[in-house]
Amino acid sequence: MITAVFLGFIFAAFTPVLRKLGQSVFPWVYSLLPLGLFVYFLGWLPGLSNGPQVVGYPWIPSYGINLDFRIDGLSLLFALLITGIGSLVFFYSTYYLKGHPALDRFYGFLSMFMASMLGLVLSDNLMAMFIFWELTSISSFFLIGFNHEEKSSRKSALTALGITGFGGLVLLAGVVLIGTVGGSFSFSALVPLSETIQNSPSYVWIVGLFMIGAFTKSAQFPFHFWLPGAMKAPTPVSTYLHSATMVKAGIYLLARMTPVLGANPIWNDTLLWVGGITMFYAAAHSLFRVDLKSILAYSTISALGILVFLLGVGTEKALLGAGLFILAHALYKAALFLVTGIIDHQTGTRNVPGLKGLGKVMPMVAFGGVVAALSSAGFPLFLGFLSKEVMYEGVLALGNLTIVAVAILVLTKIFLLVAGFWAGIKPFVGHLPTELASVKGPPPTLWIPPVLLGICTIITGVYPALIDSSFVQPLFHAISGSNEIYTLKLWHGFNLVLLLSLITLGAGVALYFFWKPSDTKFAKTFRFESTSPESLFESGGNLFLRFSRFWTDFFQNGYLRNYFITILAFLILVTGYRLLGGVDIHIDWEQISSVSFYEVILTAMMAVSIGIAVLTHSRTMAILALGIVGFVNCLFFLFFSAPDLAMTQFSIDTLTVVLFMLVLFRLPKNKKLSSNPIRIRDGIISLVFGAFIAILTLEVFESPSQTDVSTFHAENAYLLAKGRNVVNVILVDFRASDTIVETVVLVIAAIGVYTLMKLDLNPQKNP
Amino acid sequence: MKSLIFRTASDYLLPLLLLFSIFLLLRGHYEPGGGFVGGLVASMAFLIHSFAYGLTQTRKIIRVNPGYLMPVGLLLALVAGIAPWFVGLPFLTGLWFSEPLRFIGAVSSVLVFDIGVYLVVIGTTLTIFFSISESV
Amino acid sequence: MELLLVFLIGLMHAGGVYMLLRRSMFKMIIGLILLGNGANLLIFLLGRLVKGHPPVMADGMKVFTDIYADPLPQAVILTAIVIGFGLQSFAIILIKKVYKVLETDDLDELNSSEEEI
Repeated sequence: MITAVFLGFIFAAFTPVLRKLGQSVFPWVYSLLPLGLFVYFLGWLPGLSNGPQVVGYPWIPSYGINLDFRIDGLSLLFALLITGIGSLVFFYSTYYLKGHPALDRFYGFLSMFMASMLGLVLSDNLMAMFIFWELTSISSFFLIGFNHEEKSSRKSALTALGITGFGGLVLLAGVVLIGTVGGSFSFSALVPLSETIQNSPSYVWIVGLFMIGAFTKSAQFPFHFWLPGAMKAPTPVSTYLHSATMVKAGIYLLARMTPVLGANPIWNDTLLWVGGITMFYAAAHSLFRVDLKSILAYSTISALGILVFLLGVGTEKALLGAGLFILAHALYKAALFLVTGIIDHQTGTRNVPGLKGLGKVMPMVAFGGVVAALSSAGFPLFLGFLSKEVMYEGVLALGNLTIVAVAILVLTKIFLLVAGFWAGIKPFVGHLPTELASVKGPPPTLWIPPVLLGICTIITGVYPALIDSSFVQPLFHAISGSNEIYTLKLWHGFNLVLLLSLITLGAGVALYFFWKPSDTKFAKTFRFESTSPESLFESGGNLFLRFSRFWTDFFQNGYLRNYFITILAFLILVTGYRLLGGVDIHIDWEQISSVSFYEVILTAMMAVSIGIAVLTHSRTMAILALGIVGFVNCLFFLFFSAPDLAMTQFSIDTLTVVLFMLVLFRLPKNKKLSSNPIRIRDGIISLVFGAFIAILTLEVFESPSQTDVSTFHAENAYLLAKGRNVVNVILVDFRASDTIVETVVLVIAAIGVYTLMKLDLNPQKNP
Repeated sequence: MKSLIFRTASDYLLPLLLLFSIFLLLRGHYEPGGGFVGGLVASMAFLIHSFAYGLTQTRKIIRVNPGYLMPVGLLLALVAGIAPWFVGLPFLTGLWFSEPLRFIGAVSSVLVFDIGVYLVVIGTTLTIFFSISESV
Repeated sequence: MELLLVFLIGLMHAGGVYMLLRRSMFKMIIGLILLGNGANLLIFLLGRLVKGHPPVMADGMKVFTDIYADPLPQAVILTAIVIGFGLQSFAIILIKKVYKVLETDDLDELNSSEEEI
C-alpha cells in the first residue's frame, strides 16, 4: 500500500532519466504507472463490503503521526478516480503535448501530483493527510504554471498557490485543534468521539478552520476565482486537477469529516449557504462566458457548490446523491475537458460562438462530448440521471426551506445543462463553417479517453446494479456513517422527483435554444469586475506588497551602523525597562576579593589602552594599544588560575598584532569621517550600552550560579578520561565533537583567507 | 628585519620552540597545554624563521605545503573519533592503551585527536600568514 | 577586584560598540576585537575568580582535594579565543582586499560599488 502511494514520487524522480525512452520509442510508457495503480486499487473493491480496512505504517509515533491508510468506499472511489482518470490523462497527453521540450518535467509533476492526491484520500491520519494536501497544492502550482514563459500563467499559478496554501495552513490549525480535543489525529479514532468533539467549545473553531481549508481547495465562493485562472494550465492538467481530482479534495475532506463533525446545525447551515451561493453564482456565470474552458471552469465550480450544498442538506439521500454525483461529475466533466482539449488542439480556438459542425470531422469525439453533455444534463440512461434523481429526493427531505432549496438547485441544474450542451453538443452540430473546413480529425490517442469515459457513463447509467452494492453502498456508508441500504433504481414511478427532472430537462433544453453564447454577453460581465472577489484579493495583495516595500526601505537602508543602532536601542530599552522595574543592585562584599596594588595598575593600563585604541588617529597606535589590552587580559587569566587561557591568549594576541602590522601597516592614516555631533551621539549610545553590560554583569554575578556541569567535568576528568588538566579534558574528550567543529571553522577561515588573497576581484584594473 | 642577531637568534629559536610546542602538546592532558597552544607556538616558531630568512627558506624547511596539514589534522581527529566504533563504543569515546609509553605517557585516541587539532592549528595559521606575506 | 573587572568589561563593550559605529572598516575590526575580549572577560568573571588554584589536579591525584577554578568557562573561552582569531584574520584580510580594489576604507563609499565593478 505504501509503495502504491509513493510510487508516483519515486517515478517523478526518475522521469528525467526516462526522458529519451518516453519521448521517442514508447510515448505511452508513462501511462503504465497510473494504469497499474488503477488495477491495484480495483483489487481492493471486492473486500469493500466487509467494512473499512486500515493499513498502518508508523512514521512519527511519538507525535501520533502515522502513515495509516484507510480503504473504504469514499477513499477507494477517489483512489479509483485518481488513477483511472489519471491513466486516461497520461495517455491523452502523450499526443496532446507531443514534442513539447519539457515533456519529462510535465510527467514528473503529474505523477507527483497523482501520488500526493492518493496519499491525501487514503490517509487515515489527519496530519499525514495535511502533508499530502499541501503537496497537491505545490505540484498543482507547477502544473498550472507549466507554460512558465507566459506572465498570466505564472500569475494564475501564484494565485492558486496563494489561495490553496492559505487554506492549507488554516486546515493545519483545524487539524491541530481537533487533535487536541479528540486526543488523536487518526480519523478512525475520531469517529466514535463525534459527540465529545461537537460538545467541546472548540467545535465552532474546528468547523470554521476545516471549512476554510476545504472551501479554498474546492473553489467555493468567495475563494472560487483561482479556478478559472488555473485554466491557463494545459488542458490535460485542467482535466485532471481542476475537474476530477484536486478540486474535489475539499469535498473529500468535508465528506470524510461528516461522520465526525456533521449532523449539527452549525455544520449543515454553513455548508448549505456556501454551497447554495456558489452553485448558483457560478452556474449563472458560466452562461456569460464564451471560452470553452472558462465555461467548464464555472460549471465545475457550480458542481462543487452542489456537492457542498448536498453535504449541507445532510439527509441520507442527499449524502448518497453527493457520493453518486462525485462519480458522475468526474466522468462527464473529465470527458468534456478532454473534448475541449481536442477541439482546441485541432482547431486552435475555444471560442464557443464560432464552433459548430465539427461532428462530421471528428465523430468519435462528438460521441464522447454528447454522452458527457447528456449525462451532465441528467437524461435518463446516463449516470448523471441517477445522481440527479437521488439528489432531488434528498433535498426534498430537507424539512425547512425546502422550496427555496429545491428551486435554487433546479435553476442551477438548468444552467448547468446549458453549459454542458455548449461544451459537449454545440461544437459538433450544425454546418461546418468555412474557416474550420480544413480541420482534421484527431488520432485515436486523443479520442479514446473521452469515449471510454462516455462508455463508462452509459454502462453505469443503464445497469446501476453493476456498481450498486459493491461500490455505491460502501461509499454512502463512509460518508454518512449509517448502515442503511438504498438500492439505486432507474424508475421511481410518477412522483415529484420525476416532475422536477422533467422540468429541469425541458427548461434546460428550451434555454439552450433561446440563449446563445455571445461576446456581447461576455462583455457585460466586465462591469462587475472591480467588485469581484478576485480583484479584491489582488488589490489586497498589492497593498501588502507596497507596505512591505515601505517597511523594508525603512529598516533596511543599507547602513550597517543604522541597523546596529536600532538593535542596540531596542536592547537598551528592553533591559532598561526591566532594570527600572524593580531590580535593585546590591553588592555582596563577602563575595568580592581584595584588590592588590598590581591589579589596580593593570586595570589602569587596560583602561588607558582601550581609550587609546578608540580615540587615536594613528593605526599603529591603535594596534599596539589593542595588543596591550590583549596582554593584560592574558595576565588576568594567569592570575586567576587559568594558565591554559593565558598561554592561548598570549599566542593569539601576538599573532593578531603581527597580522595587523603585516596587512595594515601600509594603509594611510585614519581620516576623520564622521562629524562631531554624530560622534557624540555614538559616544553616548556606547557608554550607555557599556554601563548596561556592566550592571547586567554585576546582577548575574550576584545571583547564585549553577555549577553542576562544571563539577561533573572536574570530578570525572581523571576517573572517566584519565586527564588531570580539566580544561584540556573538556576540549579533547568531553566536548570533543565541539572541538572538531571548531577546527573545521578554523579551516574554513583559512581557506577563506587563502582564496581572498588569490582572488583577482578587479580584472579591468589589473589586466 | 634580516639583521644578523635576529637570524642567529631564530636559528636557535626554531628548534627550541618546536620542541616546546610538542612538549605542550604531549603534556596537555595532565598539565596546562594542549593541541591549541602547541599548534600556536609551533606556528610562531615558523613565523619567526620566515621573518628572518624569508618565506621561501621557511617553506623549504617545512617541506610540505602548510595547507595540507589542515586536512591531515582533520582526518586524524576524525579517525580518533571513529575508532571507538570498531569496539562498539559511541563516537569520540576515548580509547587507552593499557601500558603508558616512555617519554610520551599514556597513549590514547584522545592524544591522536589532540595531534589532529595541533596540525589543524599549524596549518590554518601558516596558511593565513603565508598567503598574506606572499601577496604583500 | 571583581568590581574593577566589571568596570573594564563595561569599558570594553562601550569602546567596541563605539568603534563598530564608525565608518572606517579598520575601526570596525578594532571594535570587533574589543568586544570579543570584553565578552571573554565577562564569561571568565561569571565563572568566579579563584586565585592560584588552576583546574589541574596535582600529580598522582585522581580527584580534586582543594578548591579549583571553574574549568567550564575556561574551555568555552579557549574555544572563543581561537575561533575569534579565525574571524579576525578573515576580517583583516577582507578590508585589506577591499582597500586594494576600491582604494577606500570608508563604508559609505562601498554603497555605490555595485555599479563600478
